[in-house]
Amino acid sequence: MKEYTRFLWRCFRLSFHGDWRYYTWMLLLTVIALLGLNAYCKQLVYGLATTGMTDQVSWGLYIANFTYLVGIAAAAVMLVIPAYIYKNKELHDVVIFGELLAVAAIVMCLLFVTADLGRPDRFHHLMLRFNFPLSMLTWDVIVLNVYLVLNLHICGYMIYTVYRKRKENRKLFVLPFVFIAIVWAVSIHTVTAFLYSGLGGRPFWNSAVIAPRFIASAFAAGPAFIIITLQVINRMTSHEMPLNALKLLRQIVLVAMTINVFLLLSEVFTDFYTGAVHSVSAQYLYFGIGEHTALVPWIWSAITMNLIALFLLYLPYRGRRVWVLNTACVLLIIGIWIEKGMGLIVPAFIPTPLGEFVEYMPTMNEILVGLGIWAFGLLLYSIFVRITVPVLNGDLSYDTVYHTEPESKPAVRNASGSERSVPS
Amino acid sequence: MNLRIYEGDGKSEGACGGSCGCGGGGDGAGSGGMSRSGITRRSFLRRGTATAGGLAALAASLSPLRDLESDDKPTVEKFLQKHYKEMSAEDMESALERIRNEVERRYEVRPDIRDIKPMDGVEFVYALNLTRCIGCRKCVHACVAENNQSRDPEIQYIRVLEMPRGSVDIEDGDHHYDRPTVPDDNHYYMPVQCHQCANPPCVKVCPVEATWQEPDGITVIDYDWCIGCRYCEAACPYWARRFNFAKPSLPTSDLNTTMSYLSNRPRQKGVMEKCHFCLHRTREGKMPACLEVCPVGARKFGNVLDPESDVSQVLKTKRVFVLKAELNTLPRFFYYYDERDPVGHRGGEGAAS
Repeated sequence: MKEYTRFLWRCFRLSFHGDWRYYTWMLLLTVIALLGLNAYCKQLVYGLATTGMTDQVSWGLYIANFTYLVGIAAAAVMLVIPAYIYKNKELHDVVIFGELLAVAAIVMCLLFVTADLGRPDRFHHLMLRFNFPLSMLTWDVIVLNVYLVLNLHICGYMIYTVYRKRKENRKLFVLPFVFIAIVWAVSIHTVTAFLYSGLGGRPFWNSAVIAPRFIASAFAAGPAFIIITLQVINRMTSHEMPLNALKLLRQIVLVAMTINVFLLLSEVFTDFYTGAVHSVSAQYLYFGIGEHTALVPWIWSAITMNLIALFLLYLPYRGRRVWVLNTACVLLIIGIWIEKGMGLIVPAFIPTPLGEFVEYMPTMNEILVGLGIWAFGLLLYSIFVRITVPVLNGDLSYDTVYHTEPESKPAVRNASGSERSVPS
Repeated sequence: MNLRIYEGDGKSEGACGGSCGCGGGGDGAGSGGMSRSGITRRSFLRRGTATAGGLAALAASLSPLRDLESDDKPTVEKFLQKHYKEMSAEDMESALERIRNEVERRYEVRPDIRDIKPMDGVEFVYALNLTRCIGCRKCVHACVAENNQSRDPEIQYIRVLEMPRGSVDIEDGDHHYDRPTVPDDNHYYMPVQCHQCANPPCVKVCPVEATWQEPDGITVIDYDWCIGCRYCEAACPYWARRFNFAKPSLPTSDLNTTMSYLSNRPRQKGVMEKCHFCLHRTREGKMPACLEVCPVGARKFGNVLDPESDVSQVLKTKRVFVLKAELNTLPRFFYYYDERDPVGHRGGEGAAS
């Protein structure tokens, strides 16, 4: 126990160490996070009127980001499956970074939901009268929090055993939880999809394809996010990432994205070929109705990005031309973000159930809150990576003292015992 | 041995600034100035400024909270208040007393507020005659006057649609018609408000049971329990729910001082509200405000369990319909036309048809 608190203390200390790039990055994130906090305080004082939301479009940027991040969190599991079920050793390291990403993403999810509440001061009412199992939102509260705990346990246990140089008791403390987490990851995204698809009064959402589409798009965007992250970690730290893992991740993204585009096509076909009144939201989204065209440029840029990304992914993969893969991943991350945000949450409210057209545009304050939460999440993730890398490298363990900066070199973290230097 | 190196590492202290937002730690880290003998003067100064800068930045970003109004600040009393259904008579009395004091402080009037319970053997139903309605929107404004809604921004529970003749599809309706005189010959008018569904989607989705159906069929909201997630607003197929995006503003002169806990007491910022069939009136035998003000008698309200009530008669003798019947929400709000139902009316007055 004493050793554990010492571990936490050292992690805390370590998160304030780094080279100038680390400081610049962390400083930038902190400034944005504080700006977001400031914007949120304004929202607390003046109410949600500081956002672009109205009685007509009652959910916006916050819930859109929440939905997207649930997907990112769920996708961590796509790395776990090959690593543990197919015993792919190369992925074991990657799994930790994936699960840490899940932790950061879930924290962001919870923050986005909190930001969306009109009365965050009454959060404890959830514990006093919990409308379970009727309300899908209560299901979401359960699955998200359990998923957070599961991932914290798996990462924490694995990192701490390495730190203590103990042998992992994998059968007892890791594997059961990993398998639960796999099922759970699917559940968090399914439940979040049911949140929307269960509403009969919103024909745009009330479709059985929503849940599979959520999962497909998440398993494209999530691993794409991890592909980029792994390369950043590889470049910025002394940790040698198994870059072969990229190949497998690329395949996951490719398959998931293909399914996603197929499901999208099925949905678009059903909406437009039927041509019934209930496709008005879809018409509004893709083509605009009358002078109401706010979402049209968004959705078409998303579609374009997704299709280009898919095309790039289908090109034969060559390890050297990793920029092709990276471009595809970045396009995917942005494309799916738009598709899930502007493309899925907002149009369900337009027109209203009574046929009124009111468009939605987030305000500056709302955008700042959103950016603040993203910055906070990235800050968390950076700290996680900052701690995990030296532990995995064996530079930080209970019997060594990790001295961050040798006096000669400014590129501090590379000098911590590994042979690897900063790639040019 | 290693420990000394660790302690003497001056940069580690200054590094604090990196995530405190002061910028104190970053750039200077490469330079010298460290000794191997504990905390140096320089690192102490650096750590001090970094911490101070970080705290200042944090305080600055929290500064808008100074403008938080006293009514919005959480108090122990509010924090401990129970859910409506769990309150004992004394709990309710102390909650009502707190509300009286709050209203008095805000509006300088002591309100007559009670918790009015449903009557036994009563199920309320509304019926609206589309042939008669002229679209004057008097009901909209009577409702606002009765129920203490916010005036700026104005929250209205009733939305009147101007419908082209030949369509019952509400998506064809015009929400913002503005004519010097109504009715227009080519249109008819359809007011929509909460349908008090017997199978309400809004109640089902609420995560904290802040909204529920009462025995007399009215779906109510405990304004002190709602957490403001707006899931019910997304779930309602009739767009009947309204959210207090801003702090409700209501001039004292407009305050209706006859209130009840579940209906028209003043609301707070960040909670949901909606039509409750004026339960503070109707549970005491009066008619809803929207019905009383209607100049053409288009609105009928009453107890559907009483076969002699107006609404029972309408359901028996008229051709009635509900909006979005396919959603199986089972509304208690019916629309009808003056044309008599030849089958339902056969046993009645012979002169029909």
